[in-house]
Amino acid sequence: MEAGIHELTAGYALDALDPEERAAYELHLAECEHCREELASFWETTAALAVATSGPEPSAALRDRVLEAVRAEPPQNVVPFESRRRRLAPALGAVAAVAAVVALGVGIWASSLSSELDETRAALEQQQATAQILVDPGAQSVGLQTGEGRLVVDPDGRAVLVLDGLAAAPAGKTYEMWIAPGGDIGSANRAGLFPGGDGTAIERVDGTVEPGDVVAVTIEAAGGVDAPTTAPIAASGPV
Amino acid sequence: MGALALHVPVLALAEPQARSAMAKQHAHLSDEALVALVARGDETALAELYDRVSGIAYGLALRVLRDERLAEDAVQEGFLGVWRTAAAFRAERAKASTWILTLVHRRAVDLVRREERRRAEPLSDDIGAQGTAEGTEEAAWLRFERERVQAALRQLPDVQREALELAYYGGFSQSELADRLGVPLGTIKSRMFAGLARLRELLDDSTHEGSWKPEFTS
Repeated sequence: MEAGIHELTAGYALDALDPEERAAYELHLAECEHCREELASFWETTAALAVATSGPEPSAALRDRVLEAVRAEPPQNVVPFESRRRRLAPALGAVAAVAAVVALGVGIWASSLSSELDETRAALEQQQATAQILVDPGAQSVGLQTGEGRLVVDPDGRAVLVLDGLAAAPAGKTYEMWIAPGGDIGSANRAGLFPGGDGTAIERVDGTVEPGDVVAVTIEAAGGVDAPTTAPIAASGPV
Repeated sequence: MGALALHVPVLALAEPQARSAMAKQHAHLSDEALVALVARGDETALAELYDRVSGIAYGLALRVLRDERLAEDAVQEGFLGVWRTAAAFRAERAKASTWILTLVHRRAVDLVRREERRRAEPLSDDIGAQGTAEGTEEAAWLRFERERVQAALRQLPDVQREALELAYYGGFSQSELADRLGVPLGTIKSRMFAGLARLRELLDDSTHEGSWKPEFTS
């Protein structure tokens, strides 16, 4: 497994991994200096492939559009640490956010380790547990019946939900995960909250997923509720 | 991070006339220094970075997406990514231009997979020098660099070059390529790794053979 995940560095640098493997690789990246160095070096090579393309110049209108979009962004959002600090959600939500930042900014770890050691350590432990499930060769990957993504369940019933392209939950709302025994949403058990956001959400499902269970996600009032009150926006097939 | 948060964006204080003067000042900065300014909310630094990298970024996005509107979206989202995450960039690990191209490529691939807008046949080497500003040192460097990368690609075994091109320019994932080419996924992973490692070697060698490589600064 280890040799396999190192080899994914090339596929990652080329943006050629499938979503689950991309997520697993990003989690691996957080704890593997060798892969971070290899990736930085491969990125120089893929940048050379970018330079080898050519085409018409982008329009002047695009320049205006980009700069306008930038101006429309609140300045507080410029520094990612700001949003990291504002986020009150537990480490579970941080996993996806941290993975995304690893993907976007090379070397985020050096700074986060020095400035936010405790939060980072908790996030890392959470990540390692999540990564183990994602790369467990014995884990099964279940497609979603609603929404885009996968549910990955290891042989002990520990599960990770990977959701693609999920927008942030509306203001005052949260995403809430549920384990529906035998697919019965009426007797679903709470399985964790997460805020969502850009890109792929990688969420550890609280609780144990048994064969026949369905994992679903609903939008609920901030803080979560004890039983789902809305229709699921994502739901796995039966495990 | 406290120091960063306390910084008032320079532009907020600047008179409109002062802005063009500032942009000129930025022309002397390295790409990496510009990213540091972007991290403090400096819009003119982002504009300067855009002017330096957007040509290549757009060419790349267009190659992947084959659609002008989508390519523009990928470039825009990539630069928004630059704006939002500049503080996370570490110059000791990557060149700023590399990082920006990585962001734009990621967006382009995400878009092409969503749109399913891809050619079925292998991608041709449709490399031409069209559109690039002529006569500048940068244009000359680009022509030289393109030729160098093309030459390196031609030296790769066919199966490795095919895997790299379909992945990077075509936006195909490894599992899609395994299906499409009818070979095991493990074979695709190995080809891609071996191909990219070999390409890196070839490019390193040709750099040592006397490539000249000016910074993108003027």
